[in-house]
Amino acid sequence: MIDILQFEFMQNAILSSLLVSIICGIIGTLIVINRMVFIAGGLAHGSYGGVGLALYLGIAPMLGATLFALTLSFVIALLAYKNSSRIDAIIGALWAFGMAFGIILSDLTPGYNVDLMSYLFGAILSVSSEDLMHIGIVLTLVCLFVCFYYQQLVAMSFDMEFAKLRGVPTRALYFILVALIALCVVVTIRAVGLILVIALLSIPPYIAEKFTHSIAGMMAFSTLLSALFSLSGIFLSYMYDLSSGATIIAVATTVFFMQLLSEKVFKY
Amino acid sequence: MKNDIIIENLNFNYDGTPVLKDVNLTYDVGDFLSIIGPNGGGKSTLLKLMIGLLSPSSGSILVFGKKPQEISQRISYVPQDTHVNKNFPISVRDVVLMGRLSKSKKLFGHSAKDQKIVEQMLEKVDMLPFANNSISALSGGQRQRVFIARALASEAEILFLDEPTASIDTSGQIAMFKLLKSLNKTVGIVIVSHDINVALNYATKIAHVDKTLYMHDAPIPQNTTLFDAQRTSKQHVCPVEIICATRCNHIHKELS
Repeated sequence: MIDILQFEFMQNAILSSLLVSIICGIIGTLIVINRMVFIAGGLAHGSYGGVGLALYLGIAPMLGATLFALTLSFVIALLAYKNSSRIDAIIGALWAFGMAFGIILSDLTPGYNVDLMSYLFGAILSVSSEDLMHIGIVLTLVCLFVCFYYQQLVAMSFDMEFAKLRGVPTRALYFILVALIALCVVVTIRAVGLILVIALLSIPPYIAEKFTHSIAGMMAFSTLLSALFSLSGIFLSYMYDLSSGATIIAVATTVFFMQLLSEKVFKY
Repeated sequence: MKNDIIIENLNFNYDGTPVLKDVNLTYDVGDFLSIIGPNGGGKSTLLKLMIGLLSPSSGSILVFGKKPQEISQRISYVPQDTHVNKNFPISVRDVVLMGRLSKSKKLFGHSAKDQKIVEQMLEKVDMLPFANNSISALSGGQRQRVFIARALASEAEILFLDEPTASIDTSGQIAMFKLLKSLNKTVGIVIVSHDINVALNYATKIAHVDKTLYMHDAPIPQNTTLFDAQRTSKQHVCPVEIICATRCNHIHKELS
């Protein structure tokens, strides 16, 4: 078993899954407590437009996805912060627009696009050291943001109006938060793909929330769960020759259903 | 008369529909102002305008001589219980610490002074024993007390409360108003309430808001002793008796 750790691709996969777990633990917690799961889903799928655009223009797909997702995040933050009553419909439209735009542009791109599936379903076993660097940069940004503004973020998430009255710059924090969700989603795409990223952002915090009494605790516990799901997913996918992204999510959802079930059983 | 809040010719429209029309009001921090009125009459909107979460369509609101947004450090707010995220994993102490946030707040941690003020405020609302409990484990009335402690922790001069007793039974409401009445010795209290009977009995000024605003002085005599007796007696708190006790010969000025 230990011998698989000697492969560089396996070392990269494990390292990237651990780093992505920290990002998802922190950002996923903020997504869940702010009820922004749908926003994260919109950004994940919408960012596919950026992949298509990058293929068409011949630039790096991850760069395209990053810039496209950041643009989308600005539009969504603008609409969501004003609390537009139809924000869910608008995000739904942006969600579909991004995917359609990406597919059409990749249709228009000459040549055969081998890599497309890896953006949809992830390819953690083929993470390059360049990818690892991207993940590291996003992790640094996320950690800095949360360390500096922890109290303000918690106050804003708990009660936006009260935070605003106490002089917390809620508008700026909200825009930065949505932008960081966009970055987080893009780097997590490498691990589990854009279709499955939403599970890694919502399942660990959902379970962690039930066992913790503070946001910091929820972030830490979510990180541990994410890491557990990712590592066992990678191991199982290697053992049984399955898709890594889908296996990671299968592990996460199995634990999720077991938790739901045990909650029902112990309640009655 | 200092007139700490002055509202002149205030109008507020929401999506083109007038919600508040030509509202005038003066308020002094010594007063206990109850804002009553029908649902959808604009009570909460008026409160949000006074604390600067909304801006008037026309007219002016001055709090301590300035726009509410400019003096937000001198006022504080207790929200409606219904809009609070009840499953949020946070302790009572950390909720009250939010009251210590400010524009100039340093980025890491809280000072020993902040911690001390938080404990004093929890003590004031009888919630100190619950300081380390999770907010989700509290009852509606307890949670409301924690939010009052949070508002007090910002050392504001006026407390604005939006329906603080909406999810509390009559006995709990009386306890809440007694607490607010005692706090009123040091801070101004402005409260939106639809529990007219209890609200009238503790207020010194009453604003009836139904698109426009009618000011009333509190009905005299107030019968707080009966309310206290109701609370201390071990028998049930009788809403009927409370309604009878607060019945007064109040007549609208324009009708008389």
